Amino acid sequence: MSFSITEPSNRQKWIAGVLVIAYALITLMPLAWIIATGFKTPADAIAYPPKVIFEPSVEGYVNLFTSRSRVTPEDLAALPPPETFYDEIVRQYDMVITGPSKYGERFLNSIIIGFGSTFLSVFLGTIAAYAFSRFKVPLKDDLLFFILSTRMMPPIAVAIPIFLMYRQLGLSDTHLGMILLYTAVNLSLSVWLLKGFIDEIPIEYEEAALIDGYTRFQAFYKVVLPQAATGIASTAIFCLIFAWNEYAFAVLLTSGTAQTAPPFIPTIIGAGGKDWPAVAAGATLFLVPIMVFTILLRKHLLRGITFGAVRK
Amino acid sequence: MADVMLQNVFKSFGATAALQDVSLTIPDGAFVVLLGPTGAGKTTILRMVAGLDAPDKGSVHIGGQPMQGYTPAQRNVAMVFQQYSLYPHLTVRENMEFPLKSPLLNTPRAEIDRKVAEVAQTLQIAHKLDNKATALSGGEMQRVSIGRALVRNPSVYLMDEPLSSLDAKLRADLRVEMKSIQANLGATFLYVTHDQIEAMTMATHVGVLDKGRLVQFGTPREIYEQPVSIYAAGRLGQPHINILPADLFGPAPRGAAFIGLRPEQIKQGEGQDSIVKRVEHLGDQTRLHLSFQNHDLITVTEAHTLLKSGDIVKIQPHNAFFFSADGGRIV
Repeated sequence: MSFSITEPSNRQKWIAGVLVIAYALITLMPLAWIIATGFKTPADAIAYPPKVIFEPSVEGYVNLFTSRSRVTPEDLAALPPPETFYDEIVRQYDMVITGPSKYGERFLNSIIIGFGSTFLSVFLGTIAAYAFSRFKVPLKDDLLFFILSTRMMPPIAVAIPIFLMYRQLGLSDTHLGMILLYTAVNLSLSVWLLKGFIDEIPIEYEEAALIDGYTRFQAFYKVVLPQAATGIASTAIFCLIFAWNEYAFAVLLTSGTAQTAPPFIPTIIGAGGKDWPAVAAGATLFLVPIMVFTILLRKHLLRGITFGAVRK
Repeated sequence: MADVMLQNVFKSFGATAALQDVSLTIPDGAFVVLLGPTGAGKTTILRMVAGLDAPDKGSVHIGGQPMQGYTPAQRNVAMVFQQYSLYPHLTVRENMEFPLKSPLLNTPRAEIDRKVAEVAQTLQIAHKLDNKATALSGGEMQRVSIGRALVRNPSVYLMDEPLSSLDAKLRADLRVEMKSIQANLGATFLYVTHDQIEAMTMATHVGVLDKGRLVQFGTPREIYEQPVSIYAAGRLGQPHINILPADLFGPAPRGAAFIGLRPEQIKQGEGQDSIVKRVEHLGDQTRLHLSFQNHDLITVTEAHTLLKSGDIVKIQPHNAFFFSADGGRIV
């Protein structure tokens, strides 16, 4: 189908441009605030009225990555001169660095659990969606409805049973446990999204590949998968965003070994006064992987959003 | 190359019977065209031979072997689809190489290059080989799709209206090209079309399908000159055969309900009067739309006729076909 659309007038373009910029400013405000706070000193961070222009400092980042303890001025004076810039910063507050903080570990946990569950959700989702799309599955509609229904209540509603089950199974505070949990939550989204994408790929391509001498599985990965790349990429982004940002289950089920960054970041506040710059620094860095991932896949994502609107 | 045989094949999709008791033998090296309107079962026959669908009853044989349980790959057939023919994520070259690189054929690199270059030359797409498949016009896509079949040397080529999306000039060129490829290779072709010119010019045999039944099978000439029914007679001939009440021109054989007149079966200049309603000059021929006793009929006359509408022409049947009330031919 084609619609004839008249070229928007210059005035319309201006209005649209202004609206888009205004909306972008509103949504980017908190982000800008977080990033800025990460580079303030603790004093600047709580200054009132808020400081828009300030002298940047990496104190927040130093505090984020280190554990420190307070020493008496006499002890401080007795120490050899600071060797690094971060030693110097910390000593201004009568403190010394005692070692690295847990942030790095927690961040790594987020990466392992986030990407692990995303991979698993998309992998299982793709093969399930392919089967639902192409084969006669007994009770297909009921199964699909059942899969969807797992998302009809907020996942946190089953937090207590899952907590108890995980304790029994020894999955509490394990990477595997968190990967399985996030995969279970994401799988319904993944199956439904991907089924839509695979349904749009005409079956003739696979039939052509079968006739061209390939097996069903070879046809799947040589012909269907490359064409589903768009759908797979957008599904992966949705799955990663959920797993990456998930807070409630992470608080409930992890405390040490497998703790992810979201429950960890707030705990930074408690360690030695309200250290807002360190919290903001932690939040800023936490945004980076998902931004990189989305930028890497943005070409697919854009095509994914407009999927079906454009005739191939 | 091999012969293909269908024996008493039945197939239905849900409540719709797609094929009913179809038996058909395609001799080795034959060019068989299946004719019939949409829904007659032409494509279903191709899919049965290819192994994309299995018959409900009956059997398919290729090269004398029963094909039941064989995958499309094991049958070694090449097929050109009517649409969605190219892999959109590959280039033209990769599309054409695709069957050669399959685990079935696993062709050496040099041989692939030679084959692709040769077929691309024939189909006039050599300059497009490194384009993305989606960056082609409809006609080019269909040529690549034909090329993907021609690079192979399968037991049978299956073609589902391969030329229908092309423009008239290209269609005429490729018609000749495909026929000569088939003749040179001695290949077996099973070819589906709506287009009677394709059927007449390319086929060694024509199969006429009506609602899932094979109603007539023979050479194009046999189908044209000895149709078994009104339906079969209507498949071939341009302009279309005229079907009129049997006794319109005089006494008819016993049981005849209709008389069938192709243009060459209408003798002009003798017989009874008809009125010229319209004259269509097509260049090489001229079509006359006549009215005879309140019945319309169309025939052909010489290109430079001076007849114009309102003129009177005498006409008379000559070796006409007669058909019974159910459409069957009375000989």
